[in-house]
Amino acid sequence: MAGYTPATASDQAEMLAAIGVSSIDELFEQIPADIRLNRELDLEDGMSESEVYRFLAGLADMNLDAERIPSFLGAGMYDHYVPAIVDAITSRSEFLTPYTPYQPEVSQGGLQVMFEFQTAMSEITGLPVSNAGLYEGPSAAASAAYLAMGQTGRTGLVASRGLHPHSRETLATHAVGFGATLTEVGLEGGLTSADELEAAVSEETAAVFLQNPNFLGAVEDIAALGEAVKARGAMLIVQVDPMTLGILRPPGECGADIAYGDGQPLGNRLDFGGPSFGFFCAREEYLRKMPGRIAGETTDVDGRRGFVLTLQTREQHIRREKATSNICTAQALNSLAGMVHLAWLGKQGFVELGELLARRTAYARGLVGSLDGYELLHDAPVVREFAVRSDRPVDELLPLGDQADGPAPRLPVYPLGRDYPEYEDCFLVAITENRSVDEIGWLAHMLEHAQAGWGEHIHDHDHEGNPVAGALR
Amino acid sequence: MSATTLTETPQQADRAKTIYEKSVPGRRAAQLPPLGEGINETPIDELIPAHLLREQPAELPEVSEPEIIRHYNRLSRRNFDLDTGFYPLGSCTMKYNPRLNERVAGLPGHAKLHPATDPSDAQGALQLMYLLQESLSEITGLPTVSLQPSAGSQGELAGLLLTRAYHDDQGRNPTKVLTPDTAHGTNPASVTMAGYEVVKVATNEQGGVDVEDLKSKIDDDVACLMLTNPNTLGVFDENIAEISSLVHDAGGLLYYDGANLNAIMGQARPGDMGFDIVHVNLHKSFSQPHGGGGPGAGPIAVSGRVEPFIPRPQVVRNEIGDEVFFDLDYDRPKSIGRLRGFQGNFGVFVRSLAYILSLGGDGLSEASRLAVLNANYLKQRLSEGRAGKYLPVAFDRHCMHEFVLSGAPMKKDLGIKTLDLAKRLLDFGFHPPTVYFPLLVDEALMVEPVETEAKSDLDAFAEAIESILEEAEGDATVAQNAPYTTPVRRLDEVGATRKPVIRQQIA
Amino acid sequence: MAEASYPEDLKYHPEHDWARIEGGEATLGITWYAQDSLGEVVFFEGPEIGSEVTKDQPYAEVESVKAVSDVVAPVSGEVIAVNESLADAPEAINADPYETGWLIKIRLSDPSEADTLMDSAAYAASLE
Repeated sequence: MAGYTPATASDQAEMLAAIGVSSIDELFEQIPADIRLNRELDLEDGMSESEVYRFLAGLADMNLDAERIPSFLGAGMYDHYVPAIVDAITSRSEFLTPYTPYQPEVSQGGLQVMFEFQTAMSEITGLPVSNAGLYEGPSAAASAAYLAMGQTGRTGLVASRGLHPHSRETLATHAVGFGATLTEVGLEGGLTSADELEAAVSEETAAVFLQNPNFLGAVEDIAALGEAVKARGAMLIVQVDPMTLGILRPPGECGADIAYGDGQPLGNRLDFGGPSFGFFCAREEYLRKMPGRIAGETTDVDGRRGFVLTLQTREQHIRREKATSNICTAQALNSLAGMVHLAWLGKQGFVELGELLARRTAYARGLVGSLDGYELLHDAPVVREFAVRSDRPVDELLPLGDQADGPAPRLPVYPLGRDYPEYEDCFLVAITENRSVDEIGWLAHMLEHAQAGWGEHIHDHDHEGNPVAGALR
Repeated sequence: MSATTLTETPQQADRAKTIYEKSVPGRRAAQLPPLGEGINETPIDELIPAHLLREQPAELPEVSEPEIIRHYNRLSRRNFDLDTGFYPLGSCTMKYNPRLNERVAGLPGHAKLHPATDPSDAQGALQLMYLLQESLSEITGLPTVSLQPSAGSQGELAGLLLTRAYHDDQGRNPTKVLTPDTAHGTNPASVTMAGYEVVKVATNEQGGVDVEDLKSKIDDDVACLMLTNPNTLGVFDENIAEISSLVHDAGGLLYYDGANLNAIMGQARPGDMGFDIVHVNLHKSFSQPHGGGGPGAGPIAVSGRVEPFIPRPQVVRNEIGDEVFFDLDYDRPKSIGRLRGFQGNFGVFVRSLAYILSLGGDGLSEASRLAVLNANYLKQRLSEGRAGKYLPVAFDRHCMHEFVLSGAPMKKDLGIKTLDLAKRLLDFGFHPPTVYFPLLVDEALMVEPVETEAKSDLDAFAEAIESILEEAEGDATVAQNAPYTTPVRRLDEVGATRKPVIRQQIA
Repeated sequence: MAEASYPEDLKYHPEHDWARIEGGEATLGITWYAQDSLGEVVFFEGPEIGSEVTKDQPYAEVESVKAVSDVVAPVSGEVIAVNESLADAPEAINADPYETGWLIKIRLSDPSEADTLMDSAAYAASLE
């Protein structure tokens, strides 16, 4: 058992004597006997640190992570390089172990990070106000819907099928509680259908949800689509991939009322899906309706600059059942990681990385699209992810090697079938600065092998021997 | 008194400068990899039409890497943290965050695993989640656990949406949710977001639910009762069995806010008390670091009748012949659906499972016993001397893992408020307890000392309180104007709210 | 205004709201006691001009840093003016709750409702 409790037997005896009881059991007598457990928990006994490490390292070893195979998985979370200073800063006790900054005099570090983060997120989204972070992307969609319904007094939510399926499903789950209806708008040529959108938006529509780039990787014309939304007095809400905003027109310049998204690409590791952070930016008029923590600048009694949590009456601990949200967290550590990564990239690096993604993705898209048995699902412009249609069914395509030889690792691309029955024969390919030209070449070779069947010989200049084993680390 | 801290000198006058204010055009940190052989430097507007592109680069700081490290290290020194000092925030369970947990969470097999990895290539991760589900099931005494909710508040909302789905499935549509007036603010906020109406239940003289008031409010329009037990006063509700059958007899469900689970691990289980839905804060009882306000995780455990409705996907263990295969089950037709993306805060799951494995069943039980011992000992220390006189315990009886003091006599007799005491504690190097909660105790201080604190730390805290009260007997203005030794002193929150400045204006 | 004061020309509602009734119109606000309990007011947002307020029902909120309070209409009517200066200077509600800190003006829909309100002495007594 781990030694995380300092109380020795003699400490305990002294403390019990001071309290005036003879045993700890006596303190638990307030729990009625018939609901006491009266047995040990049916869990393993405690283990030493080295044993726990070995056990969990053993589980980790069973996973095919992005250091062991070149991962082309995306769908909202991406294998970006996280700079070393992110780990150095986020592992400091002073950032890792405090609670929410309820005592601002001893929380200036965390509060100032929030202020800087709010500034950076406002800048990249082109919207004037930002909160200090939400749980993650899709649940931020639900927060935006709640705001829009309160603001407009309407109950209709409209979402493009280009919106992340997890966001659409999260909206549907919450809509039951909000008393909202959710309508979907289809895609045409990879992009949200403007005609369907116009038909779907009515005087009952509180908000329209778009995503840019959309789930199929395509860059939408948000400003053009937004006209029909504005004409009906509905709010325009856009989910964005923050890493594309180095080059894409920011949602604030496209007429968005709210922009939100998942911050994982900024400084957060993949972690099999979380924790990351959500961000939420809006026009000034929604400031007092925003969910989540917001830090503000002020001065102390000696006139020194300082920061506090502000506009707290929006929040659950004060407004209770009338709160703008029930959220109590800002994912502060994850938002810090995002801020450090943005500072590391800087004004120039943020643009350069966007350009690198667009150029490498164009290269990869050209290469994969030219392979026998594959075609591009759409030819709309993309930044970092594209969709491909395969002649061979995708579930047969992905195991790398003959199943007869035993379990084979899966090619790390994202099959679209579960979320989009209409694209059952399609998959997504995501590119990051971690995916080199060689790895993109490897992907193309794997796809060729997979299409032809693993028994077929394929002329292969670059990859001697077993191409799968060669890539696995 | 000096307005500077040990770690900062007045000469470091840039201490509140932001990273933006340190920006110098042309400076940079990142060097990106080359584009790669064979890839063209195509102008971006040939790849994406110009009207979809940004015209001006986003204003991000232009700083070098050493400046970034120095900036954020300096900021870090303006935070108080649990690793440095006692942090008895009531209801927050500020227990030690084992560093082993950080190490295992950072292993590439966990940290660099993409959430859409095919289950066959993520068996370790799915098995880890399954083990955590099973462990939490045993600890809560309920058969099924969903790890998906991102935090306690999302777990609450999930629980209320489950309540709605359960009643819908029975062809019922009750509209009210009962919560005690001592409840955390998230409870009523979540109730509204789930489309229910909040009905408050009064608290009795022992700090528990007023059963008579409850009886008067129970009818077949009650969907659910949300309860924290032990409650926010640190008191275990002895009438829980009666409360449970009252609600169940009226067709309602029982929801357990697990914020205070740290009091009862291995001692009593919400499932055995009759609860149908429990959320567990992994960042409280299960040692996930609080991170200055997140991340956490809020898994829910549910009874058999609620199980069909839990969020999807769910981690399941399948046996195919001799082979065991862990999978993500999406085929749950009655599920309320998703609350968020992917499978939940996996990184938090790794840390919490490491904690559970380290302590084991016996260790978790011991942790709760020592948390309760520490709380009762500190309560005893604070019932002596000046603290006993000026800061009486609300509901004076043995407490569970936390207790509540009232600063009302201190305010009346010494002229210092709970807020002043809290601020003066900062000068003594302690984080103050939770203040002004729960609402029904005047000038409340809610103290949760947790099991990972040594007796000597509890003694030192009690002595600091005694010193502050003694000092206030002589001169109340010292506390009224505290703190003095912190990086900044009391801040103008009124001004910050009247004219919010929530971002840097960039020239 | 540091000292409690309840002017005699006003009518008072038990939820700590006042009305100054002049002909068919009334000016509404919160009492000294209400602003003192709330602390420093940081925000007030009035209803829309032309909307209706109903006696005994909340029509707006006033906020301090860590509290929100409903403002209840002592009498019913149509909103004809909102004190716009409070957007920039909500502190007027603390400094001068009966003059510069007024909240809204309404056209009374039922002037007889005023008869149900308390006078200054009765309201002050209710606070004892």
